[in-house]
Formats: sequence, C-alpha cells, structure tokens
Amino acid sequence: MAELTKESSHVAQEESQEPKPAKKPKPPKATVELGTPTVIVDNLHIVYKVYGAASDSQKGNAANALMRIVRRQGRPQMKEVHAVKGVSFVARHGEAIGIVGRNGSGKSTLLRAIAGLLPPHKGAVYTDGQPSLLGVNAALMKELTGERNIVLGCYAMGMSPGELRDKYDEIVDFSGIGEFVQFPMSTYSSGMGARLRFAISSAKTHDVLLIDEALATGDREFKKRSQKRIKQMRESAGTVFLVAHNLDVIEDTCSRVIWLHKGKIKMDGDPTEVLAAYNKA
Amino acid sequence: MSQPDSAVADAQAGGGAPESLAALAARHGLRRAIARPSLPAYLRQLWTRRHFILTYATSRTVSKYSESALGQLWQVLTPLLNAAVYWLMFGVILGQSKNIENYPAFLITGVMVFTFTQRTVTGGAKSVSSNLSLIRALHFPRASLPLAYAVQELQQLAWSMGVLVLLILVTGEPITWLWLLIPVTLALQLVFNIGMSLFMARVGAFVRDMNQLLPFITRTWLYASGVFYSISERTDKLPEVLRWALEFNPAAAYIEFMRDLLIYQRFPERWAWITCVFWAVFALIVGFWYFWRAEERYGRG
Ligand SMILES: Nc1ncnc2c1ncn2[C@@H]1O[C@H](COP(=O)(O)OP(=O)(O)OP(=O)(O)O)[C@@H](O)[C@H]1O
Ligand SMILES: [Mg+2]
Repeated sequence: MAELTKESSHVAQEESQEPKPAKKPKPPKATVELGTPTVIVDNLHIVYKVYGAASDSQKGNAANALMRIVRRQGRPQMKEVHAVKGVSFVARHGEAIGIVGRNGSGKSTLLRAIAGLLPPHKGAVYTDGQPSLLGVNAALMKELTGERNIVLGCYAMGMSPGELRDKYDEIVDFSGIGEFVQFPMSTYSSGMGARLRFAISSAKTHDVLLIDEALATGDREFKKRSQKRIKQMRESAGTVFLVAHNLDVIEDTCSRVIWLHKGKIKMDGDPTEVLAAYNKA
Repeated sequence: MSQPDSAVADAQAGGGAPESLAALAARHGLRRAIARPSLPAYLRQLWTRRHFILTYATSRTVSKYSESALGQLWQVLTPLLNAAVYWLMFGVILGQSKNIENYPAFLITGVMVFTFTQRTVTGGAKSVSSNLSLIRALHFPRASLPLAYAVQELQQLAWSMGVLVLLILVTGEPITWLWLLIPVTLALQLVFNIGMSLFMARVGAFVRDMNQLLPFITRTWLYASGVFYSISERTDKLPEVLRWALEFNPAAAYIEFMRDLLIYQRFPERWAWITCVFWAVFALIVGFWYFWRAEERYGRG
C-alpha cells in the first residue's frame, strides 16, 4: 500500500513539473484520457528452455535413461523455444489492451513476462506497481471449498482480515455461484471456477490486471458483469490486458488491440482496424 | 507499425531526440517487473502475509485428511503408530533395550523429535515445486510457502507432543519443573526447521531430482542421529572428530536435549545449549538468505 501512494504522488509531481502538456500534440486516436505509462515492454525476448524433448529413439524409460548415462550423453538434450521475439510497446493508465493471435503465438508468455513470472532473455519489462495475472489455471486449492479459496486468495493478495470481511460478500455475490461456495472447488464446472477466480482477483484494485482467457468459459451474464468490472478498473486509472479468442469480447472491452504473430507484434492500434485485419488473415 | 505510436509520441513530448523506452521508464519511475525486493522490504511483505501463511497451513491440514474416514484423528494416530512400529522393531525384535534404561521412552522421544524436523524439511523441499500454479497465479513473497508448511507441521507437533508426554508418563517418568523448558527447545528446533526448509525449498525448486533423493537423505540422517541408540555409548571407539561430528549433528542435539528434559531429568549441559542455539540461528540466517536470493526465479520453467 505504501508503494501505491508513493507512486501516485510521484505521478502528480511529474505533471506539475512539466509545463509542456498543453502544447503536447495529443495522439488523435486517444478517446479516453490517457495517463502516464504503467507498463513498458522494451524489445522483449522470451526463450523457454525445454528439457527432455526427446526423439523417438530415446523414450523416457529407466533403461534408456541409464543407457544415456552410461554412454555419457547426459540428459536428453535441451531445446529452446523462442516464444516472444522482440516485442515493444507502452501501456498507459486507463487503457484496456486486447491481445489476439493464433494458438502458440506467445500471448500467454507475454502476459507472464509482464507479470514478472518469466525472466526476459533479452530486453526488459518495466511496470508501475505489481501486475496481477489471472490465468486459466489460476486455481488455488481445488480440494477446498470456494469459501476457503476466497479467504486464501484474498490473504495471498495481501488483504487484512478486516478488508476480507468487507469484501467477502461482494466476492460471493459477484461470482454468482450462490450456495456452491460451500462445496469443494473440484466439484465446480469450468465456468463456475472461472467466475470465482475472477471475482477473487478483481476484489482488489490492481494497477495492472492481466487476464488470460479467464473469462472464456463464463456465460453471457457473467461476461457482462466482468466487462463492467473491467471498465470500472480502467476508469480508476488501471490498465487491463485481455487475451481472448472471442473477438467480440475484445471489441466490446478494449480500447486498443495488439496482434501477436509468431512472437512478434504484427499490428498494434485501434480495435476495429486491427480486428478487421486479423479477421482477414 | 513496428514501433508503437504512443511511445513515439511520448518520446517527442519528452523533448528533442527520440527517447529510449528504458529512459521513458526511468522518467516515470517504473521498475523492472523482475526485481527482488530488498531484504527488509521482503520481511515486511512476509509479515503482511501472516494471515495467508496461517490459513494456508490449516487449509492444507483440512484437505489432507478430508479423504480419510477417520479425518483429523490421524493427527494423533500417526505419531502413535509410528512410535509403536519403531518400538516393535528396535525395542522388541532387535533387542536394543538392554543397555538403555527405559528404552521405550528413549526411542519414542527420539522418533517424535526427529519426525518434526524430517517432516518440516521434506515439506519445505516440496513447497515451491508443488505449488507452481499458485506461484504463477498470484504475487506473494514465496517464502510464505515453506513457512506455511512449517506452521502446518507445528500444528501436527502439538498433537505429537501430547502423545509423547502421555507415553512418557505411562513409562513411569515423573513430571518435573524441567518440563518448563520443553517449549524453549521446541522453539529452537522450529527455528532450525524453518531455516532448513527454506534452504531445501530453493534446492527442491531447481534441482528436479531432489524430491526423489530426499527420502534417502533423511533416512541416513535418521540413522546418524541416535534415535535408536545412544551416540555417546556407541561411538566411544570412534575417532574423536567423528564422534564430535555426530554429536554436533543438529537432529541429535535436539533429541538429546529433549531426552535430558523428559527422561534423564537433568538440566542440559552448556554444550547442548550452545549447539541447539547455534543451529537455530545459523540455519535461519543462511536458509532465509539463500531462499530470498532466488525470489524472482521461483515458478519459472
Ligand atoms: N512452459 C513452456 N515450456 C516450453 N515452451 C512453452 C511453454 N509454454 C509455452 N511454450 C511455447 O511458447 C510458445 C507460445 O506459447 P503461448 O502459451 O504463449 O501461446 P498462446 O499465444 O498463449 O497460445 P494460446 O492461444 O493457445 O493460449 C509456443 O510455441 C509454446 O510451445
Ligand atoms: Mg495462452
């Protein structure tokens, strides 16, 4: 919390020091008043190291592993997957950025790098505060009840018991799973799980929220609710990144779209333009 | 459109020559996403997560026993059965009990104290590697995980100690004022365990074969720690250095300390105090520092 206040005061200072903004040529596209940068991605490269990518001749049973050691081949050779290749962009307060691209184009990888969960191979990611990633598999503890997971999730995000008490009902309401909150999460449908996870992670105000297909399994009503939530976050000057294969969601929610193709930015700009080009491709 | 518009616009607004993205980040006070907090900041973050650590520990206990019919009764049954098995093997069948008075108490104390350390360290080694989805989903100081495992074992220890004290009384040892020191030695052991498990958490996170190897390591440790035999008695023929090493072994030290209190009814020697305190402090400092050094690298891969 201390960090947050420090940051905002810093921003305020910045504005007052700069006499220029009046003269500053506003980029014509910006409809929402754009703030200072929250995320800067500077020529980012991400490389995965994959161990045990084996060809047919070296399947992973114990005898073969032993043979490899005897023949001094060490472990099965390491391969590299260059998932993100030189991506640069600047995201600002109040933006909702959609990321589209084919399967395996590096969307999830990019989000994980922004969240600070993957080390850049080259380049850097700079962020204001701590981004939170809400992914498809962001399960807490499946064998525990939804109620327990709410408590755990809120505490993990650093809430105090007081804040948790305030937010608890709101989270249950927002998730809309009703009495199922008393059931273990392993009994939830995938949509119910997604609703609860979104409700938990959006209970806290994040400066930067990264959503990776987490809304994909929700029904229409939930999509509406979550879109409203995302809008609120943008209005409170946060930045939202949204990965989805459902382009309608992106069109409705986002103010800017980045099209990733094979780890590179193919296009970056206004949703309608980019989505039209993406649809044609 | 290789270069995003907004960056260019901002660079121009910054004045004159186009500004590099790194400079733009510096001007707005953004920090690298991958950065390890300083040690004091890390400790502070950890403190704000204390509720998470406690809730996570109890949740794990609940879910661990949720499948079994007897439920959390196993928290008492496990140490009881453990004690029974070891007593049967080493007390009755192998007949160790001749030289040591009140062998059952001797053995059970050793088993309980060692189990506390062993379980905490084993849990700690898995704490990061088996929670990758949690680590990749949420931001919290990763040391919360090994700490939560340690707290979970502490909760288990409360039951084990109950069983131990009961069995000690059954074997005919009296209650003395020395029992007041039990929490002290347990606290020291807990601190040692936390340090060890932080250390092992980092090792287990990156050395992918550690979890396969660990059972053998802890078993060797068990045999070297004088759980079944008296170190001082068995080692009088060994060279001085080796004997000293065996007695300086932290597990052996905590076990002997507890036996002094419960069975021999004597105030532990100064040497025992020094060993126990030394290991607690040393393990905590080294373990915590070592874990923190890799903070930004957990959950990758
Ligand atoms: N853990 C991993 N280890 C090795 N390679 C990985 C790993 N995760 C992703 N990759 C590789 O990185 C590339 C990009 O994957 P990524 O998951 O970012 O794609 P994506 O755009 O999110 O795809 P999708 O639309 O299917 O979610 C792929 O080639 C994939 O094989
Ligand atoms: Mg993906």
